[in-house]
Amino acid sequence: MRDVKGIIVGLLASVMLTAAVPARAETLRLLTWGDYAPEAVIKKFKDATGIDVEVTISNNEDMISKLRATGGAGFDLAQPSQDRILGPQTDFSIYKPMDLSKIKAELFLPELLDASKKNTAIDGKVYGVAHLWGTSGLVVDARKAPDIKSFLDLCKSEYKGRVSMRLKRPALLGMAFALGEDPFAAYGDKAKYQAIIDKAGAALAACKANVKAYWSGSDDLLNMIRSGEVVAAEAWDSTGFKLNAENPDINFVAPSAGALGWIDTFALPAKGKNDDAAYKWINFVMQPEIAAMIVDSAGSFSASKGSDQFVSPKLRAAFQQAFPPEVIAKIKWFPAVPAGLEEMEGKVLDKVAAGN
Amino acid sequence: MNAPLNPAASGAAAPREEGAAARRLSFILVFAPFALWIALVILVPQLNLFFLSLREKVGPQVYALGPRNYTELFGESVYVLTLVRTVVMSLLATFATLIIGFPIAYYIAKIARGRARTMLFMSCLLPFWVSELVRVFGWMLILRETGLLSRLLQGLGLVDGPVELLYNDVAVMVGLIYTSMLFMVVPLVSTLDSLDDALVEAGYDLGGNGFVVLWEIVIPHAKPGIVAGAIIVFMLNLGNYLTPTLLGGKNSQWFTAQIYSQFITRFNWESGSAFGFVLLVTSSLIVWLALRASGQTLSGTIGKG
Amino acid sequence: MANDLECRALVKSYGAFTAVNGVSLAVPKGSFFSILGPSGCGKTSLMRMIAGFIEPTAGEILIGGRSMRGVPPNRRPANMVFQHLALFPMMNVADNIGYGLRRRGMAKAEIARRVGAVLERIDLADSGPKRIDQLSGGQKQRVAIARCMVLEPTVLLLDEPLGALDLKLREHMKVELKQLQHQFGTTFVYITHDQSEALVMSDQVAVMNAGRFEQVGTPEDLYYRPATPFVAGFVGDSHRWGGRVTAQAGSDLRVATSAGLALRATAVVPLAEGAAASVFVRPEAIEVRVADGRSDPAPASADVNVFAGRLESLLFNGANSRAMIRLERGDLIGAVLPQNLLGTRLGEGAAVEIRFAAAATLAFPAGGDAP
Repeated sequence: MRDVKGIIVGLLASVMLTAAVPARAETLRLLTWGDYAPEAVIKKFKDATGIDVEVTISNNEDMISKLRATGGAGFDLAQPSQDRILGPQTDFSIYKPMDLSKIKAELFLPELLDASKKNTAIDGKVYGVAHLWGTSGLVVDARKAPDIKSFLDLCKSEYKGRVSMRLKRPALLGMAFALGEDPFAAYGDKAKYQAIIDKAGAALAACKANVKAYWSGSDDLLNMIRSGEVVAAEAWDSTGFKLNAENPDINFVAPSAGALGWIDTFALPAKGKNDDAAYKWINFVMQPEIAAMIVDSAGSFSASKGSDQFVSPKLRAAFQQAFPPEVIAKIKWFPAVPAGLEEMEGKVLDKVAAGN
Repeated sequence: MNAPLNPAASGAAAPREEGAAARRLSFILVFAPFALWIALVILVPQLNLFFLSLREKVGPQVYALGPRNYTELFGESVYVLTLVRTVVMSLLATFATLIIGFPIAYYIAKIARGRARTMLFMSCLLPFWVSELVRVFGWMLILRETGLLSRLLQGLGLVDGPVELLYNDVAVMVGLIYTSMLFMVVPLVSTLDSLDDALVEAGYDLGGNGFVVLWEIVIPHAKPGIVAGAIIVFMLNLGNYLTPTLLGGKNSQWFTAQIYSQFITRFNWESGSAFGFVLLVTSSLIVWLALRASGQTLSGTIGKG
Repeated sequence: MANDLECRALVKSYGAFTAVNGVSLAVPKGSFFSILGPSGCGKTSLMRMIAGFIEPTAGEILIGGRSMRGVPPNRRPANMVFQHLALFPMMNVADNIGYGLRRRGMAKAEIARRVGAVLERIDLADSGPKRIDQLSGGQKQRVAIARCMVLEPTVLLLDEPLGALDLKLREHMKVELKQLQHQFGTTFVYITHDQSEALVMSDQVAVMNAGRFEQVGTPEDLYYRPATPFVAGFVGDSHRWGGRVTAQAGSDLRVATSAGLALRATAVVPLAEGAAASVFVRPEAIEVRVADGRSDPAPASADVNVFAGRLESLLFNGANSRAMIRLERGDLIGAVLPQNLLGTRLGEGAAVEIRFAAAATLAFPAGGDAP
């Protein structure tokens, strides 16, 4: 018996040793969106700090799932949207509060930093700071579909089989706004919110005949629009700018009810092991020149102060075309989602998906 | 006469029992890694899922035991319809795979010889050299409105404008059949291989035509392979996620996509587990029914195939 | 009498290889006809052409006087008993026998009646519901035949069906097959490489070699009056010498073997002096005598060959026992051991004398390929 014990102890010891080994080269395990950490930036960061960056590409839902599965372990830095921090944090405790003293606030646009701080605060602790922002609205081929200005226009009969959407909450909420509702104002009132999204869901279901296919990854959508199979779609502005660079007829169009604005943040997973590296990365990528490189790669706008001077002129032109000041003023910023709403939305979206 | 023999017999039995014990021990030792693997990789996660599925969310980070996840699933016609639809489509795809796979398997097993046989077998295997994702993208390139087939049809003047062949149930079927063909052909080839040519000839010689020989001799002989292939293909279809999601249209919801969205999009592991369990029970039930109806046993089909 | 089966100049070629080369045959109604030949002689191709599984390259097949050109196997009035019987394992005995009747769309009750009748005839009245693998080898054999006979075919083809049986059962089945054929009165065409099967059962035997018929005749004809050296060598045992004709008068020959033995022989085909010849003599035609000096050796006459030799070994095999005798010239010859020598303590090395009639010593032109 003693032999067996010895073997087990030996085994455990060796397992722990192997687990401890990778610590020798310092790494930052980053859970983020595609294009948010371009190779060139990673290389510069390594040159500056000696830290390797391991990137895992993800999206809001996937980030939450991954972190939930491990209780917040496996990554040192994540980039959820600010509105998707409050609910999951309440339900699953997957993030830890940020030490704002370690962040160089002077690198940030103050209004965005403050907004993100406010939206991700729970019990006075801040869980996320702004990185990139963008909007969700319409991408339209102006030559083939000149009159699309609103979500309701996607459902016009002349575009039957020619439009696409992503069957997720931005489409549902965008439709709600187009119908004249204000779902954000109803966040606190579940019954009212249910009524609003039921109405929006019904509108999406009625619009289904117009949808060629619901897109799931932006590559799907890019292909469908490039090939001309789809002439207008519910999409992110970054997709519109990307296409605009290839074909000036195509650009992002903010819906008349207002584009839906989101801010992606930096957040620390609850069991992250290398917070120092995470803060270093945040302060590094928020420098204007570096931030501009990320903007060019992602097609979204940075919370970094002064980065717009370094952004490529083409992207700036597309932005200015899509976002004149009055449009920016109308952006509806996603407020933090209270726990439980996503489940209600999920059921409505499931019915849209299955219904026919 | 017998009495004096008994002590000798029992004396001989003792070492034999010892030998049996040693054999049992070595069997346990050999079996242990397998049992461990089964337990850790299959049993424990399934049990974990089952317990998860019985957890009801009461409030943030507060849970209670109860069947609410199941009642919600069956209370929502959307989910039940998706399940029924997935089962029916999987069965149809399985049947279509059998209809297409049978002649291929028959040709490989009975008609093709030597090089041609190997080549045919390889061509069934070929799609599996790339990942399922690549295979599905291949079909997307062929079937999409600006794709190969649409252009070909236009070039031949068979259609006026571009035709969309993607994003519908037929596209899903095509994808499923393509993906699971090998798993139908292999068990079929192995059972058809063992069919004596003389039985087929005798079937003709005694007055049967091609249909009769197929129905009365070839198919009964191939039954274990048919059932084995059908079970494997049905399970693969039912559990497929990529193909129906990518090729399917806006109405082609697959039950696995529901599970995915419960787990990943909704972070609702509790209800996702319930969905997963319902799928597991449904598929087990259907396989059991199929085995009963065809008079086969699981060991007699999968074991052989 | 009408012929149930007739083949006219049948040819089957596979590329450059000719499996069946101009075979003609006629099988009278109700007879038992065997095709005997070594493996690869083309007999299987011939049978498969008759059954309809392969198309002849040239020639004509008539069954019951009707040409079978373009008639598929399931429409031919000929049925086949396969080498390994090919009983359907997925059906019971009764369903196996009823298979052909069902194809004719016969009423269920009528099928059951006929199947029952034929099962009774083959002594398996109660075996209808049995599975095939519950039958013994001999029972399977009978079911395979019954499965064909219930269809009342004009011709029953049998493809070495006894090959898979053990020796004892094979001997028994030979007799039983012949009885069944008598009982049903159907024309049987039987192919085999086993001469004893062919000789015991057949009314007529065709000996086939290299795609051709060497000789067609009764078993007695083949045995006693072989027409070719192949038949002489293939059918029954015989001793064979190669030699040269030294003298010829009518069919009486004298042949000198390469070992220097002078033989008196009878020419089957005319042979001229000086021609190379193959000479055959059967073991049972050789008489062995003990050369003890007391019995007066009969003088060598013009129609008997007499040679002196020594007994080299005795091969005991009951009625087929052999004495192996070494002649002075060195030839080793096997002779049927006479009954009078069987019991005696004839020592190996004993001096003996062998005699065989010139009429039983058959000479063929050499060069014919003998087995």
